[in-house]
Order: sequence, then structure tokens, then C-alpha cells
Amino acid sequence: MIPSIPQSRFLTASYTAYIALFFIFLALPLVVVAVFAFNDSQFPSLPWEGFTWNWFFGAERPMIGVFNERPILRSIGTSAFVAVFVSILSVGVGLSNAFLFNRYRFPGQGVLYVLMLLPLVIPGIVLGISILVASSRAAEGLWDLAQWDVDALRPGLTLVILGQFSFVATISTLVIAARLQKFDQTLEEAALNLGANRLTAVRTVTLPYLMPAMIGAFVVAFLMSFENFNTTLMLVGSDAPLTIAMFDRLKEGSTPLLNAVSLLLMLVSSGLALIMIFAQRRT
Amino acid sequence: MTPDLECLNLVKKFGATTAVDNVSFDVPPGSFFSILGPSGCGKTTIMRMIAGFLDPSSGDIKIRDRSVLNTPPNKRPVNMVFQHLALFPMMTIAENIGYGLRRNGLPKPEIARKVDEALERIGLPGIGNRKVDELSGGQKQRVAIARCMVLEPDVLLLDEPLGALDLKLRERMKVELKALQAAFDTTFVYITHDQSEALVMSDQIAVMNHGRFEQIGTGRELYYRPDSAFVAGFVGDSNRWAGEITRVDGDGLEIRTDSGLLLRGASHGRVLSVGEKAQIFVRPEAIRIAHDAGELDHFDNRMTGRVTSLLFNGAASRIIVQDPEGREEIEVNLPQSGEFAGLARGAEVQIGWSGAQGNCFAAGGH
Amino acid sequence: MRTQAKLGLFLLLSPLLLWLTLLILIPHVDMLLVSLRERIGVGQYQTSLANYFTFFSEPLYLRTFVRTAVMSIMATAITLLIAFPVSYYIAKMARGRVRSALFLLCLVPFWVSELVRTFGWMILLRETGVISKLLQYLNLTDGPVELLYNDAAIMVGLVYTSMLFMVVPLVTTLESLPDEVIEAGYDLGGNGLSVLREIVIPHAMPGIVSGCIVVFMLSLGNYLTPTMLGGKDSLWFTELIYSQFIVRFNWELGAAFGFMLLILSSTIVWGMLKLTGQSLEKTMG
Repeated sequence: MIPSIPQSRFLTASYTAYIALFFIFLALPLVVVAVFAFNDSQFPSLPWEGFTWNWFFGAERPMIGVFNERPILRSIGTSAFVAVFVSILSVGVGLSNAFLFNRYRFPGQGVLYVLMLLPLVIPGIVLGISILVASSRAAEGLWDLAQWDVDALRPGLTLVILGQFSFVATISTLVIAARLQKFDQTLEEAALNLGANRLTAVRTVTLPYLMPAMIGAFVVAFLMSFENFNTTLMLVGSDAPLTIAMFDRLKEGSTPLLNAVSLLLMLVSSGLALIMIFAQRRT
Repeated sequence: MTPDLECLNLVKKFGATTAVDNVSFDVPPGSFFSILGPSGCGKTTIMRMIAGFLDPSSGDIKIRDRSVLNTPPNKRPVNMVFQHLALFPMMTIAENIGYGLRRNGLPKPEIARKVDEALERIGLPGIGNRKVDELSGGQKQRVAIARCMVLEPDVLLLDEPLGALDLKLRERMKVELKALQAAFDTTFVYITHDQSEALVMSDQIAVMNHGRFEQIGTGRELYYRPDSAFVAGFVGDSNRWAGEITRVDGDGLEIRTDSGLLLRGASHGRVLSVGEKAQIFVRPEAIRIAHDAGELDHFDNRMTGRVTSLLFNGAASRIIVQDPEGREEIEVNLPQSGEFAGLARGAEVQIGWSGAQGNCFAAGGH
Repeated sequence: MRTQAKLGLFLLLSPLLLWLTLLILIPHVDMLLVSLRERIGVGQYQTSLANYFTFFSEPLYLRTFVRTAVMSIMATAITLLIAFPVSYYIAKMARGRVRSALFLLCLVPFWVSELVRTFGWMILLRETGVISKLLQYLNLTDGPVELLYNDAAIMVGLVYTSMLFMVVPLVTTLESLPDEVIEAGYDLGGNGLSVLREIVIPHAMPGIVSGCIVVFMLSLGNYLTPTMLGGKDSLWFTELIYSQFIVRFNWELGAAFGFMLLILSSTIVWGMLKLTGQSLEKTMG
């Protein structure tokens, strides 16, 4: 079952057909979402009423386009804001973790490593409610103790950022650690030998080597945060990120406006993914 | 006697490139046949065609006189020891060796018996329950062979299986492989780019280059009577000069190298004429060295030279001698009798060799 | 030098410990504590297992719990069955550029929000959707057909959404299986089926396990897909948690539900690892 093993024509043909079907299955939902963004109709469904750009640029009811729809634009901004924070935090902590697990040997390391992996196997919604419960208990505690009202502990963007960070950090750790694993430590020794001190050696030799992984981890973190739904749903306050805002609209009934937003999302995500792939390919 | 393996006018093309170009050979039963060539010469392609992982573009492959072209690899009476051995890491040693027997639907007790027998035969009894990665390189090697031999194939193919081993182990495995081949009394077809592996183990060697067989013969024939400049250059070490033929009489000839040195050589039956460009090959061990020119009187190539380098390498020690005018450097084997132990750089020595040792080939062929 | 190394260790250890303690350990302990208290008056609580009793005594809760588990396992199995041949094709059949292109194509849908993917399936499956219209056009049905709001639709959505997390680990492990080993399997007399059973699948086991764990987790914890694609009767356990927390504001019961979900997922993940002799570090790290 590899090209060097002769196979019957029928088998090869059916295998290829299966692969083709699979990719149609993958593409189908995305294609219909994209196509109906241009349907000149109130509903994202057949019949096709003609082509229009109105769901992007329209300024009059009932066809207000994405670029004139304030709440959607604001929620995109909120999502981006959250995603940038989550990415910065995750890459920072991920970098630190990668060095910790790669360079140091200390008692309890194995246990810590497993603990570090755990957020991957905790359902997102459970992560969300546990942080919700803990933060509200902390808020109550602070109020009882000092009549101190800490807004950040109430459902809102701070909690959303922390909630997403709590599992995205694991992924960025794994991405960065994988590359650090491949790093040839004698390069650092060579830098020391040539007169650098430890910190300078890391800064001038190791960090540039890790850069593609850090960019990769940043992009992955950004996308994961941008798309996150489960954890965010439990922690969100009055400022809704895009996925939550779209979810609320979808429950009320959909218009091609959502298709237009989705298409934009697809374009931006694919663009980011491509940037990441190129960043990693260059090295 | 019908040969165990016979390849007839085998051709394999990949797009525009011809990897194997009209190769024919046969391998008599019980012999050790090697295909020797540099990487990319097409030897792996031949082996994969015999095993059934590639279809020849034209030509035929016969095993015991029956064409196997339409037989899929899992039904061919040949087995293969892969370059990286391809032992199954998910199975124990016994499961590895028993794999093919299980495929043939043998009853379990018989499989167990045969596996034990095979382990006995390769000198590793009782390791059946171990995992593949618990074995040393040499042990893995033997298991890979045993895994094939329990199936009693007509031909065993070996694809550079010693390549991954370190030097010492490789030397030992050469002897061991030869012994295993004798013990199993099976036809081995071995491919390698290492001439010493081929020379030590094989009954017959085919030297391959650019998809063609340059010469088929015993190791001795290839070494002393190469048919082509490529074989002369590829098998063993040689001093090698290019020049022009200035005189031909019978088998002997005279050649002036591009730097002006006049040497006597031999054509060994090849047609060479005066004025033709040619190459001459002289092995370092064919050159005698002496303190006194009188000892070399019987050689038709003689000169006085100066030692420019001493290459100490134990039994294979050499010196590099420069001819009086400083035109050429000649590598000469140092006799191990101790006579020249005191030789120093810059010393003057006499060297000489017989013209019959200077193999000449027309230039431009390869 | 020694003190410097200690300082470095301390500096690198603190973010990790802060993260794990503040965002993972303490919240889960808090959740456990909340799930173990019973409200007996306004602002008055006592420790009890009442919430768990409620969970086990109310058939709707228990049924939803079991249904969610069973359907998640089914979704995992279906995803594996669909993804394996595809991953094998990418890893072992396709070569060079085609391979990278196919792999990239597999990834693309997952750079897009799950919401968008689910929305796509809604457009396809609903009564006024593309497939229904197509069936009518082909005269295969008389009137519109509703393909949405049932368990099958949930299944399609779950499988689609999880596909990437199965394909990536499978492709990675299958790629690491040398062609030589597969050829050796055939050379020694094996056929497609026996090579698959004895060589390919055992080799791919770590990938299969890690793919299954992730897909199972994602299905079990999914909220969006069952909510959007499922019908009135196809309740998902996460929907119960959401409604206890956000709609009914009964955090005690919600926390107990959350814990049950956590126990369920941990048990099945642990069982899967034990059954196949893998470890979390090996499959996830």
C-alpha cells in the first residue's frame, strides 16, 4: 500500500476517489458560507437572488454590510484585543517553560510536566466554570475582608484572557519546546567560548534560533484565542468577542451578514496561517 | 545447471533518465553475487526490480527459470535484507523471525520450532523475547538475515546492509556474512558501494556505472585485469595518468603522460594505436622500491625519485615519490619487511615496475 | 555559578507555578468545594453530597450524561475511521509537493472558527438548505427535508470539527514509519491486510491514541455543535452545565456537573492510555 507495492487498478482508483470525497466534505461547508456572503437575499440560502457586495459595504437597511455594522466591528476589536494579550502571555510563559524543562533537572519535574499537559485534556467549558467559580469566590473574599471590589474578578475581558491563556499556554510551550529540543547546545557554548556571558549567549544565539517557533506559537495562540468559544462563553461579561456576538445573532436567525463576517475571518486566518508557514519554512 | 537468478536485458527508465540500461546477468545456485558501484549507479534499482518493488521498463527477470515479472513482491521466492534492516520495532525478535512463517499459515508449534532453529543457527539462541532495540548492530544484522532465511528463499537480496555499522563491526560482519551464506547454502545477491565488502565475500562481482555493467568477474579478475578505465579506477587504488600512445608492439606499449613522463604499459588485448589519447593505471603495490638501481634491472619502468611524503598507515603504509624532473607524484606501497623503516622525507629512492602492470585504456570512454 | 543557576531555576519556575496554581489547581479545588456545598438558607451553606445525589437521581441528567459520553465515543470512532485512510494517503502514498499541499488543505478549515464551520453545516442541512434544495431539484423528494436538529447532524458536525486533531497526529506518526519496513512486510509474504494489522497500526498507535484523546475531549466538551445542530431532544451535557450556571444560577449543581464531566473525561482518557500502554507525556508532549 505504498507506491512501490503493485496494487489493483480498482483499489487504487477507489482509494483516490475516497480521498477526493474527503476533501469535498472538508471544503463544502466553507464554500457555501463563502458563496452565500454574496447572495442578494435576506437569508443565506437558495434560491440565488443575484450577486451583491452589500453584505460587506451596504449602508442601508435591511442590507447593512460588515464594514458599517458597529457592534460586529466592535466585537472584532474586542477579539483582537483579547487575542493579542493571550498570545503575548502564552508565548512569554511558553518560552520560560521550554527553557525550564529543557535546561534544568529538578525533583518533581516529571509531575510538573504532566500537570503542564493537563489543560489539554480538561474540557474547555470546565476550565471556564472553574475559573469563574474561583474568581467570584476570590472577589467575595476580598469584599468580606476589606470591602474591596475588584472589577477584574467579575466576568469580563480579564477573565476571558486568563481563561484562554490557561490552556493556550500549554500549546505554546509545546511548540517552543519542540524547537528548543532540536537546538544544538554547543552553539551556546561556542558563544560563551567567544566571550559572551550566559544571558548574551541566549539572547544572541538561542533566541534567534527559536524565533520561528515563537512566531508560530504567537500565531497559533492568536488564532486559538480568536476562535475560542467554550471557555469564553462562561467568562464573558458585557463586551462580547466576535464568536460570542456571532453566536447570539445566529440564535436569532442568520442573515448573509454572518457569511460576510465568516468569509473575512477565513481570509484573515488563512493569511495568518500562511505567514506562519513561511516564517517556519525560511529556516 | 539452471541459474537461480537470471536478468535479461533489464532496462528501467524514470522519465528521461535511464537508471538501468540493458543489464543481463545470471547467478548460479549457491553463489555469492555482488553488484558494486558508486551511489546512484542504478544498483538499488536492479535490486528493487528483483524484489518486485519496481517494474522494469523492459527485459525479464527469471528465478529458477520462471519469469517473476507478474508475481507481486509478497509472492516472489526472493527475500530482502533492507539497507536499514527494516526489523519491525513493534514486534519481538521471535515475532520478527516468525512473521513470514505466520503469513504462510504454518501451525504455531512449527513456527516456534523454526524460529528457535534459526536463532540457534545465527548464534543467538534464547533472545526470542527481546525487543528489537535491545540488540546490538551486529545482532540485528543476523536477525534480519534469519528473518528471511526461515522462509528458505531461492535468492536472498542484501541492500548494503553493512553501511550503518562502524568499521570494526563491518570487518567482522563481512566474514560472518560469508559464513552464514555457506551455512544456509543459499544464493546471495549483494549490493554495495564498498569494494572491500564485495571483494572479500563474493564469488562473482558485477561493477556497475551509469546504469550499465562495466565488467562481471571474480574479485581477482576485476582487480588485476580490469576491462575498463572505470573498473581500474573504482576497484582498488591506482596511480593514474593521462597521456598519448607513442609506440605499440603487440600487447606492450609506450605512453607519454601529459607532463612528459615516458612509461611502458600494456593493452591486455584492447585495441590502442599510436597517437591515441589514453589513460594508464598502475597499482601502488605493483611498484617495487629499492636503494640500489641494480635490483630493479628486470623492470621496464625504472626511475630515481625523491620521497615527498610518508603516509604511515600500518600494513598499508605508503610513500609518495616524485620523479627527478618533479613532474609527477607516484604512490608506492612500502614493503613491510622493515627494510625501508628508516626512510625519511627527501630521501632518494629507486622505483620500478613491470610494463604489464600498467593497464592502459583509450581515453574518453569514461 | 551555583547560586546563579538556582536563581535561573527560580525565575523560570515561577511563571509555570503561578499559571498552574492560580488558573488550574485552585479553580478546580474551588469548583470541587462549591459542588460539595448545599444551600440551606439565604447565604447559608453546609457541606454535603446533595448536588451529586441530585445528579444521580434525576433521569434527565443521568441520561444526558450517558448519551453525551456514548455519542462522543462514537464520534471519536467515526473520526478515526474516516481520518486514517486519509492520513495514510498523505503520509505514505502522496509524495513531495502533493503531500504538503494535501496536508495544508486538511489544515485550512480549522484555521476558521468552529462557529463558521457549524454555520456552514446549518446552511447545508436545514430545511431550506442547499442539500434539501438539491434533493428536490433531483426529484428525490417531494417537499423540503429537514436534515438539521437531530443526532446525525450533531455527529456530522462533531466529526467535521474534530477531523484535524485526528489527521495531524496520524500523519506525523505514519510519516515516521519507513517505507522499507512496509516493503519488508510484503517481501516476507504479507498482504495489505496483514501489513496493516501487524505493522502499520501498531506503529501508528501513539498517534491513534493521542488523536482519539483529543477528539474525544473536544466532542465531550463541545457546546456549540450540539446547540446549533441538535434538536430539542438531543441535549448535550455541556448545555446542562451552561444552563445551571448562566440561566438558573445554581452554581452548586453546575459545579457538580462540571466535576462529573471532568471525571468522565479523565477516566476515559486514562482507560485509553492504559489499554494501549501509552502515557500522557508520550502521546501529548
